[in-house]
Amino acid sequence: MPSVNISMKPTDTSNPEYFHKVVDCQWGCPAHTDVPAYIRMIAQGDFSAAYMENRKSNVFPGILGRVCDRPCEPACRRRRVEENPVAICRLKRVAADHRDDITDRLPKAPETSNGKKVALIGAGCASLTVANDLAPMGYEVTIFEALQTTGGLMRTNIPQFRLPPKVLDEEIGYILDMNVDLKLNHPIESLKSLLEENFDAVFVGTGAPRGKNLEIPGRYDSDRIHIGIDWLESVAFEHVKEIGKQVLIIGVGNTAMDCCRTSLRIGAENVKVMARKPREFFKASAWELEDAEEENVEILVNHSPQEFVIEGGKLVGMKFELMEYKVDENGGIDRGTVVGEKIIPCDDVVLAIGQDNAFPWIERDIGIEFNDWDCPLVDETTMMSGRKGVFFGGDSAFGPKNIIWAVEHGHQAAISIHRYCQGESIDDRLPYGLNLASQKMGMHEWSFSNYYDGASRRLMPHVDLKERFKKINIEVELGFTAEQAVQEVERCLNCDIQTVFKADLCIECDACIDICPVNCLTITKNGEEDELRTRLSAPAENHAQALYVSAELPHTGRVMIKDEDLCVHCSLCAERCPTGAWDMQKSTILVPYAKNEIPDNQSLPAAVSGS
Amino acid sequence: MSYIAKPKVSHPGMPRNKLGLTSRDYEGTVSTLCAGCGHDSITAAIIQAVFELGVEPHMLAKMSGIGCSSKTPAYFVSQAHGFNSVHGRMPSVTTGASAANRDLLYIGVSGDGDSLSIGIGQFVHAIRRNVNMCYVIENNGVYGLTKGQFSASADIGSKPKKGEANNQEPIDPVSTALSLGATYIARSFSGDKEQLIPLLKGALMHRGFALVDIVSPCVTFNDHEGSTKSYAHTRQFYHHVIDMDYVPPAEEIKAAYAKGDAMPIEMHDGSTIVFRKVDQDYDLTSRASAFKYLRERFHAGEISTGLLYLDESRAEMHELMGNIDTPLSQLPFEGLNPGNAELKKLQKGYR
Repeated sequence: MPSVNISMKPTDTSNPEYFHKVVDCQWGCPAHTDVPAYIRMIAQGDFSAAYMENRKSNVFPGILGRVCDRPCEPACRRRRVEENPVAICRLKRVAADHRDDITDRLPKAPETSNGKKVALIGAGCASLTVANDLAPMGYEVTIFEALQTTGGLMRTNIPQFRLPPKVLDEEIGYILDMNVDLKLNHPIESLKSLLEENFDAVFVGTGAPRGKNLEIPGRYDSDRIHIGIDWLESVAFEHVKEIGKQVLIIGVGNTAMDCCRTSLRIGAENVKVMARKPREFFKASAWELEDAEEENVEILVNHSPQEFVIEGGKLVGMKFELMEYKVDENGGIDRGTVVGEKIIPCDDVVLAIGQDNAFPWIERDIGIEFNDWDCPLVDETTMMSGRKGVFFGGDSAFGPKNIIWAVEHGHQAAISIHRYCQGESIDDRLPYGLNLASQKMGMHEWSFSNYYDGASRRLMPHVDLKERFKKINIEVELGFTAEQAVQEVERCLNCDIQTVFKADLCIECDACIDICPVNCLTITKNGEEDELRTRLSAPAENHAQALYVSAELPHTGRVMIKDEDLCVHCSLCAERCPTGAWDMQKSTILVPYAKNEIPDNQSLPAAVSGS
Repeated sequence: MSYIAKPKVSHPGMPRNKLGLTSRDYEGTVSTLCAGCGHDSITAAIIQAVFELGVEPHMLAKMSGIGCSSKTPAYFVSQAHGFNSVHGRMPSVTTGASAANRDLLYIGVSGDGDSLSIGIGQFVHAIRRNVNMCYVIENNGVYGLTKGQFSASADIGSKPKKGEANNQEPIDPVSTALSLGATYIARSFSGDKEQLIPLLKGALMHRGFALVDIVSPCVTFNDHEGSTKSYAHTRQFYHHVIDMDYVPPAEEIKAAYAKGDAMPIEMHDGSTIVFRKVDQDYDLTSRASAFKYLRERFHAGEISTGLLYLDESRAEMHELMGNIDTPLSQLPFEGLNPGNAELKKLQKGYR
């Protein structure tokens, strides 16, 4: 038997992080949305509750249910037992689409303010989240927006056929109704002078507004070469209403996908997306590529742009070098070799090769430091810059990320702003908590649908290919039908219903081990982790997933080991256990928000530790 | 028991046997026995044993009588043949089945009630005939199906959940089988699969009658303090006498054993059983010394486990009777019934 000092220690399940990690989707979500909980609410037909559960953490369920970058889905456990994850994102939309009027459940601003004034610059998702968290606490919140409307890139860069303005207006309206003072057409020209005004804290949520340029010959010889995000904004505000018949999109990220699909709706007949590298190096999400290709957009790989071909002052095409790359076994790619040259004719070119931060309006002598990419130096936990009382969030903080990260930045900044305004240390933040509650309802009855449903992922229905191009604002995705939603929710494995083990009750009858469909349980002598992983019931090769190790079992001194990797949370271990040593308990991760800082308002129940 | 079936989903990295099947392919319907029943662990061990042996499901016959134990053939290898007979009559039915089709692999699953009370006459004669079968006794010392009365294997002094302790001598299937001339005799514990699975594999591959007596705690009626067949009591007093590994034909014996310590014995199908003696003076080839040893240890309160006796030399039923190799079930009617003329000729020879 291995000596005690190299054996694994019993898992500390009272640390909220342990069970949080088992809920892969929630762990993968920057805002830690309790995904399985809201999916169960949808399963029960309580769409409004599902919507509110979402709103608690991600603030914009209707918006995110359409356009979230969905880091939860690649993380989904379902992908490890079969190919496709649960359609988490689109189920969020189901909750939003079918909710009743929930306005009376929303937080409201109190009658009297707390006397503290906060300025939010930019009316995008980050600032709106800060407003959402602080306004109900009595803060006087003012949003300054340069454009004539709210939403930031959600409105200017995401086309209407993916995100209808009505959805934006509704969810932004919920926040503005909390007595938020919105100043449109009000660009901030100088942070210094804003700081001289009477604000207790300032939050910068201005995004990464500068589209990258492509400085190659011919760039300034035609007015038919556009910067992607600026062009999308012009289309959104109807300053641009048409484009040539042949369009080239340079770059293959998500913005490129929006550009090519927008082109098809305002006159383009032939759109090619030009990629410098092979497909596995594309930045765009797989589903956005799929949606573009469904609309017959052609994506050409290994084309490196060389120059714009101008004839008689008119853009007629673009010259590319044809590339070949070597990819090594670790997936690394070399700089490539030129194997040819090609001119592709076009009427317009849209550059969608990334975007940068730009803060021409922030003076460099007010205590905020910037790096070489014009990104401010911001604390990743508190979101505060070098200048006390000035906070950043969203793309403006660390460069382009996505909406769900901006929301999380907003929540964290709100906590900091509150503590800062109250004269407390912003580093001394509330910890995460954990609640565990048994889900046993009877001998063979659990509070959740525990059977493994083998159905495959439902396909999102789309508007007919001809129909969808008739107007620019026809939303392509129709949303799941009732039947699809009913089927898709059953695919969720309820990873938040934890298998909780009490070693002192175990009689080592092996019942749980015998019934486990995915062989994730073993009773064996303790040992060092790597060695232990080689002698479990089934190979435990995914080191990213923890081994749950029990205390010594009373009869033999061996330990119960559970490999969390493939557990489908079917509850059979708990159902077959004669002594109740296994139980299925819902883990609720208690995520602290700004409102929890106020003792009267502390809705965090006392943490119950597991054993 | 569970209301949902074991889901079809499985670990993508599951091993496959020589037929390309996983152990999941050898499962049966979901058990309706009490949660925590030792019998379910034995079922899991049988599944693992036949999976590892690469048994073709249609070449396996599952035989049983009546009792909790006798329900269990429903819980493994759904695609195999099966016969659920009258109480205690499994040995006779298996004898008949084996007589008709000697090509099948027979596994009889019985309990202490089914084999040592109502069926003991059948049990001893199956041994005497040396029927080629693996005979499993799921031994829990009580009649679980009728709510926990003592069975014939209950130890003296063992306490029931309520009422008086047992004061009658138990029948020990292992010493009974030793005295009757069984050729493969083993005892194990449902909670020790590491020992049980090789014992079952050896028993399935043994030519002749192979008894595996398995202490299998009744979690509902005989798992309390004072019981001598509880999980806790068995763990405290059970003892490995001889450990063994089953090595299939044509597979190299791993050199994991120190010389002198391990002893290989070849079996009829070319496979090998490798023994490791835990008790150095135990001789598993001597009926007399095995009997003496086991009785002594039994009176000392110890539960002796492992492969306790092996004799590969004795002929099994078909050899004793001089039967042809072809199973009778495969002979054409004319072969089984040569007709009146032939019968007359035979009778004439006896006159």
